[in-house]
Amino acid sequence: MAGSNSDNHFKLSTDLLLRPFTWLLGLADYILNPLQRLIGLKRMAYVFILPNLLVFGIFILLPMLLNFYYSFTAGNSILLENRDFVGMENLNRLFTCDNFTQPNSCREDLFWRAAGNTVVFVVGQVVFIVLISLITALALNRRIRGRGFFRAMFFYPVLLSPVVVALIWKWILQYQYGLLNSFLVSLGIDKVPWLLNANLAQFWVIAVSIWAHMGFFMLILLAGLQAIPHELYEASSMDGANAWQSFRNITWPLLMPTTTVVLILALIRAVQVFDQVYVLTGGGPGTATLYMVQYIYRTGFEFRNYGLAAAASLVLAVVLLVLTIGQLALSRNQDAA
Amino acid sequence: MNSNDPQGILKFLTRRHGGKKADISDIISYIFLILGTVLMFGPVLWLFLSSFKPLEGIYEFPPTLLPYKSETVQIPGYDQPLPLYDVKMADGSIRRMAQISQVGIGARMIDPNAPDEKPLDINIDQRIPVKSVYFELENYTGAVTNFPFMTYLGNTVFVTVMATLITLLINSMAAFALSKYKFRGRDAIFVLIISTLMVPVSVILIPAFLVLTKVGWTNNLWGLIIPGAATPTGVFLLRQYMLTIPDDLLQSARIDGASEWRIYSQIILPLTGPALAVLAIFSVMWRWNDFLWPLIAVSHSELFTLQVGLNAFQGELNQQWNYILAMTVLTLLPITIVFALLEKYITTGIATTGMK
Repeated sequence: MAGSNSDNHFKLSTDLLLRPFTWLLGLADYILNPLQRLIGLKRMAYVFILPNLLVFGIFILLPMLLNFYYSFTAGNSILLENRDFVGMENLNRLFTCDNFTQPNSCREDLFWRAAGNTVVFVVGQVVFIVLISLITALALNRRIRGRGFFRAMFFYPVLLSPVVVALIWKWILQYQYGLLNSFLVSLGIDKVPWLLNANLAQFWVIAVSIWAHMGFFMLILLAGLQAIPHELYEASSMDGANAWQSFRNITWPLLMPTTTVVLILALIRAVQVFDQVYVLTGGGPGTATLYMVQYIYRTGFEFRNYGLAAAASLVLAVVLLVLTIGQLALSRNQDAA
Repeated sequence: MNSNDPQGILKFLTRRHGGKKADISDIISYIFLILGTVLMFGPVLWLFLSSFKPLEGIYEFPPTLLPYKSETVQIPGYDQPLPLYDVKMADGSIRRMAQISQVGIGARMIDPNAPDEKPLDINIDQRIPVKSVYFELENYTGAVTNFPFMTYLGNTVFVTVMATLITLLINSMAAFALSKYKFRGRDAIFVLIISTLMVPVSVILIPAFLVLTKVGWTNNLWGLIIPGAATPTGVFLLRQYMLTIPDDLLQSARIDGASEWRIYSQIILPLTGPALAVLAIFSVMWRWNDFLWPLIAVSHSELFTLQVGLNAFQGELNQQWNYILAMTVLTLLPITIVFALLEKYITTGIATTGMK
């Protein structure tokens, strides 16, 4: 079979690739073997886990703890010793608001604008990305020719970097010479400044984000669909069920766990939207596409208000935590069911 | 099948694996998938074709699909090559002529085959430029030579390769300890690592930058490589895989006198090959496409990665789309080649691990 043949080739080439590294790794034995004799076999576990824990502790765990310190201190120095303790002042500033639906009435109006924009983005992006991924996965799960080709085409944009994605679309949406405007002109419609109008920019930021990420969710849903046993469909068609009935009674309930995971993953991703938008619109026009992470980036690294940025990070972390716990609870429920 | 038989072709196109005839839902599926393919791949193809357009083609409206260039001709007696036009003459015939000069709406034209004839004055409405398909490679050579593109590429390759090697090494070591030893604090450490799976860099931006400053790695490529090397995803994936390797293998190696490091590097690592390959592919993708962290950690332009450099370019070279397009193509090319070669492993890797 062609498949297993290429598997063998793949295995062979990775083995060859790995050989120099295994040889290099062998050299470390001249240091670690004496060490093992010194500390004993059992304690070698700590030696193995140490490099990872060091990097993890210094660059992930320590910053997580320090983030609290920044949240409760003020000053435009990033150095801990030059910062003054201000207690809840940063969080107060974020949450002082006469009317939370009116960013203008808030002390930190930019934060609430970013929060509102993020909610709009998350709702629009997640609903449509899950819907489109689901439809595509269903189409790909049928008996069709060229499934591998179509799957690859839908997945390909996932691999593109956010900067590349943004530039591809910036070029298409370009006002004067852009492809999209040339379609409009050929239909007798005036050119539209796609990224300079607040509503249109919000639309395109969502559309481009769906374009770039849908392949990932489509793939997970497709795997979920393919895990549904064929016999179920055969049995139901023998019982005289039509396509819609088999979808509603077999596909939908059995795909539910996967759909839930996809939904939560999409939510967690969407809340963190940053890089693509940063390059595509820079948060503009005005603050129309300014989202949470860019607010943190801007407040911290452009306005140097590290305390406020850290406090906003804290709020974002809480949101992500709630979503993650939600995912765990849902998947545990499904395991139990 | 007879190619003159349209019904036969239709039958061939609509037959299915099961041998049943295609119905309306199949046709809708195909239309959806083909339209989707155009939407998904069309923009990339458009970028690719545009990147070969000469400046005149880039700033042409409406744009053409293929890159074109106006033809010119060298005529004795003129220093510069002259642009060629198809000219509609007064009698309605079309004549191919070269333009010497243009004043207002009048153009002075000459027949390249009869350069000694007296030049004609033509209204510019009466002529269209002669164009032929032309792939402008200067966009690429110019992008590479006029800008520090090669430096960015070098930085990115260095960061991607080193980071992937270090990620594989320290994560597989940790996974080995977590899956093959019983030691005090093991479960606590594992839970701690797993609980940060969903902590993105955007949540710890400020303090992570402080730590980087304190370590002295701002504006240092190691500051891009090391902080992301201990990925919880990697530890988790490798540990789960190593749990399936029987412990008896280790015991018999120990009886044969193998040291723990030798067991790890010569028994466990080769057996973890498939999981390492998946992690390696992901690590390469993460590092090659990484943007937010390099944007913060590095401010000297000679240390920019491709992504940060490309973003800086598009900010500065506002009107030089020809170079931006070429650089964008060069940036997406390596990942595209990797995908074309390893499509099956990448898609199955994602479908089974659910990570990106």
